[in-house]
Order: sequence, then C-alpha cells, then structure tokens
Amino acid sequence: MTPMTLTEKILAQHAGRDAVGPGDNIWVDVDVLMTHDVCGPGTIGVFKQHFGKDAKVWDREKVVIVPDHYIFTADKMANRNVDVLREFVREQGLPYYYDVGTDQYKGVCHIALPEEGHTRPGEVLFGTDSHTCTAGAFGEFATGIGNTDAGFILGTGKLWVKVPPTMRFVFHGQLPPYLMAKDLILAVIGDIGCDGATYRAMEFDGDGVYALNIEERMTLCNMVIEAGGKNGIIAPDKVTLDYVNARNKHAKTYTMVHTDPGAKFIHEKVYDVTKLQPVVAKPHSPDNRAAVGEVRGTKLDRAYIGSCTGGKLTDFRAAAKILKDKSVKIDTFVVPATSEVASGLKSEKIGGQTLEEVFLSAGAKVGPPSCAACLGGPSDTFGRLNQPLSCISTTNRNFPGRMGHKEARVYLASPLTVAASALNGVITDPREYLE
Amino acid sequence: MQTTITGKAYVLGDNIDTDQIIPAQYLTFNPSIPEEYKQFGKYALSSVPPSQAGLPKGHVPFHTDDEFVSPYKIVVAGKNFGCGSSREHAPIALDAAGIEAVVAEFYARIFYRNSVNGGYLIPLECVERLCERVCTGDELRLDVVAHTLHNITTGERYELKPLGEVAPILEAGGIFPFARKSGMLKV
Ligand code: SF4
Repeated sequence: MTPMTLTEKILAQHAGRDAVGPGDNIWVDVDVLMTHDVCGPGTIGVFKQHFGKDAKVWDREKVVIVPDHYIFTADKMANRNVDVLREFVREQGLPYYYDVGTDQYKGVCHIALPEEGHTRPGEVLFGTDSHTCTAGAFGEFATGIGNTDAGFILGTGKLWVKVPPTMRFVFHGQLPPYLMAKDLILAVIGDIGCDGATYRAMEFDGDGVYALNIEERMTLCNMVIEAGGKNGIIAPDKVTLDYVNARNKHAKTYTMVHTDPGAKFIHEKVYDVTKLQPVVAKPHSPDNRAAVGEVRGTKLDRAYIGSCTGGKLTDFRAAAKILKDKSVKIDTFVVPATSEVASGLKSEKIGGQTLEEVFLSAGAKVGPPSCAACLGGPSDTFGRLNQPLSCISTTNRNFPGRMGHKEARVYLASPLTVAASALNGVITDPREYLE
Repeated sequence: MQTTITGKAYVLGDNIDTDQIIPAQYLTFNPSIPEEYKQFGKYALSSVPPSQAGLPKGHVPFHTDDEFVSPYKIVVAGKNFGCGSSREHAPIALDAAGIEAVVAEFYARIFYRNSVNGGYLIPLECVERLCERVCTGDELRLDVVAHTLHNITTGERYELKPLGEVAPILEAGGIFPFARKSGMLKV
C-alpha cells in the first residue's frame, strides 16, 4: 500500500477507507466539534434552520462549547450571545459546557480543550475557530471551520474535506534558553510566507520538537494557520500520552497514528535550532519577520502577554524569569488563557514569589482568563488598543485592526522577548536579561 | 447560482484578512437573525486601511457610513484573500453588502470553504494578476460558466480559472442543498 502521512492516515480512517491521497474529497466522521460565543450562535442558527427547531445534535458526547471571546464586557450583544449558548446547552442536555460565572468557567477554548480532556491522538476535531489547529500538538487532525460547516456537523456528525498534501518541518538540536517555540514558528512563517501552506498540512518532527513540552508544541501548531495551513500536526510520543492520559477524565479510547516510512511530503525543511535567533513579526503581518537584533530599540507603548498561543503556564514562567525583581517601563498586560493557568499564576513560585506576585510587583496588570485584547473585541476589553499605539505581544496575529485600532502597530514575539521589551520600553533582545 | 454577474468592481490588494473584512468588534451580531445579518453589510471592509481601499488610487469608501449595501458588486483582489480567522461573518458581510462574486489570485482556505458551503458568493480565481489591471468603479461582466471576465469600461477580457470541484456545491446553493441533492442528507 502507498505509504501515507499522519494527516492522510487519520483522514483515511475517519472516511472508512484504506487509503487517501492529497486532493481527494472525502466525507469524514467527526470525533469532536467545538464552538464558542462568537460563532456558536450562528452555528446553532444554521443547525435549527436546516434540521428543525426541535432537532437534537448527532452526539451529545462529541460537542464541546466554550465561551471565551467576549466575556468580561458590558456589551449587551456579547452577553446575549452567551445566553444563546446557555439555552442551547440546556435544551440539548450537553455535558461539556464551561459557563461564564461558574467554577466550570475555563477561558480560551484551544487551551480549555486539552485541559478538560477533549484532545486525543488519532482523532478528528473541528472547531469554529481558525486556531483549532492548536490541537494538532496531540497527534490529531484539527482544523477551523465556519458556522455552516459546524451546523452541518451538529446534525450529521460528518463533513467533507479535501485531503491536504503535507509539508514537513524538522527541528534538530537543543533549544537555547533565549528561544521559545514562538521563535521557531515565526521563523517558519517568515520563510514560507503567510500563504506558504495554503491548503496544506504542516507536520513538525525531529528531536528539537520532541524535546519541547506539550504547551510549546501547542504554540507551534497554533500558528500554522498564520501560514495558511489547514492543520499542524506532531506525532504522539510519551510526552503527549502522559498529558492526554492524565486529563482523560471521560475515559475515551483513542488510537496513536504515525507517518509511514516513505510517505511523500510536498515540501521538506530542516532547521538546526541552535542556529536560530529571537525574532519578531513586524506590523502588519505574521510573516513580516525580523531578527530582534534588526529592530532592537524600536519604541513601544505597550506589552501584552496572553492568548491561546502566548498565555499558557510555560509562557508566563518564561516572562516571570525576566521580570523578577524588575519594573516594566510601559503598560504591560498579563492575561492567562484559562482559569487553570490563572490558578497556576497564584500557586507556582520562583524565588519565593508567585508568578502573579512577580508580574504585579513589576508593575504589570493581570486580567481574568479569556481572549481579551488578542482580537480587539468590544471597546471595554482588557488591554484593547483603543488608540494607534505600538504594542509588542505574545499573540498570533498583527493584521491591521486585530487588537483594536486599525492604525495600531503590533509586533509579535515570544514571551521572553515581550518581557524584556516591557522592561526597556523598546524592542529588546531577551539575552540582555538572561545569564 | 447566478451564471452571469454585471456590476461595478471594488479593487483591493493582497492578504485582505478577515479582520479587515469584518472587524472583531461587530462579531457580536448573530448572522442567523435577519435584522442582524443586514448589519454586517454596514461594517463590511471597514478595517481596510484607507490607502488600500478602492485601488489603484485608494481612499475610495466601499459605501458611506450609514449605508448597508455598497454600490459595488464584484470584489477584485490579489493573493490570499480572506486569510486569518474562520469567521463566516466575513463572506456574510460581503454578501450582506451586495457583493456577488470575488475574483482573487487565490484564497485562504476557510474563507473559500465558507463562501462555497454557505452559498454567499462565488469565489473565482484569476489567471493573471487582475488587481493591477482593473480599477475601482470599472463596469464588469462576469461569466461564471465560461469563466471569463469582461471589463466593459476598458474593453479588456480576462480568462479565469474554472470553478472545478466546488461548482456542484455552488450550483446547488451551498453544502446543505448539495448534500440533500446527493442523497447524503435526508432531512
Ligand atoms: S486567544 Fe486570540 S487567537 Fe486564541 S482563540 Fe482567542 S481570539 Fe483567537
């Protein structure tokens, strides 16, 4: 049989076929459908329009709803949308709903999914959010879709997909202390461009990848969409299984899938991580890469550490290492992705201080877990750029208007680089603050 | 699916992302409520930087601030149209504003899929780079079946790529009618 890539094998299994190849259009069975407060109401609307007012979802165990985008706001419409989710969950009796204002509340969906045991190797996950590709870090096929597709899945449990060809990125070597997964993925996007992986899968491999913890692997997969990728994927290993099994509270079974030897890649690139530099993506595109050295000294008004790609415990550990016993020079906003990360900030200590104490005593503001200013949101959103400011951010997008004002300038960088820059008020190489 | 579309062009450049097509602050409207669907038309393309709005000159508003529908019918753009988020509100905003087709060099995957599966507009790909040939305001006539674009203002004719495998979905009017027609969906 023709050897297949990890992505092709998962899709073939979910289409009930022995083999598929790039370009095939197939119907696949869906393991998990995730939606949130921004796209959930539209998805529910599509579902009801086509399957009837009293229709039931295809499988209650396979639907996960996570309000996360517009949460801590006085905006009436935003709050109305969460009510729409609540009502749907009640009427359908859905078991996996993480409601605002309860101790079930989680925060950003892409981090909530693995924390709550909804990501497993070998599965097919669709979500009404482009960063659903984050879950590829668990060795599954995960990608973003719109309301119509999601409404279709709610009724049928199926969706048509075109099998993508796979690009392979191999990282070798031990990551130096001044680099993070964010530097790796910004390097890749800078190399291939923000359309370089359009209609393609991006598979990450190599000892440099397997040396990363699961949160860093999520950062890699999170940003494949910034290169236009359909999905990012990393084959499961012990690190994956340890995480997944510890979180698998619903005792679901899963199958590990690996790329066959001899499988064909449409593009292959090998990186030696010890040779890479800390980088930023300059305004207004994630592929507008520059080495920190080239833009060092650029004046900033604000720093932001948060989101699904830059608001995990690993990200805050890194930032705290730099900010410990120092003071920021510019407004600095810290937003944990989820409530679990938020409690980590209160419990994890470095040098006798909790991470949260490190941030507060450095002069940063710490907000409640949600997407917050990563995508602008209503004007009262924590950290939103309501003026044309320059901001350095651990988030994943810097298109015009993304964090609020359409003339704001956003630089994307690793938590280490963002923290070092916050201390100086200008773009700064983290090596200045690391021994 | 309409097979010919005649109307004015609105021209944009490369990498027009979903935040420019419909800024995040308006995503609180629910597109499944018809009154709110219309609102997306009002804010369509409202985050495109003015110098890039309505090429080649720029600074051409897509519509005036209080209008819901634009005088333009066809968007002509460069590479990677609709990149960024998965929000279906993006093709919805263009549809609500009266756009019936987009002609771009190529699309970001999710925008393309949403346009086709939701049946909002026809996403066509050009063979040569048309965002530097067509001017905002040019009168165009698009023949979807013959995949050609006639610029009535300049007299030029351009070849487009055939729709290919998504044609049957667009002809049916979206993924639901398509799945019903093919017998895959029984409701
Ligand atoms: S944190 Fe930002 S990128 Fe992540 S899901 Fe929320 S809005 Fe999207």
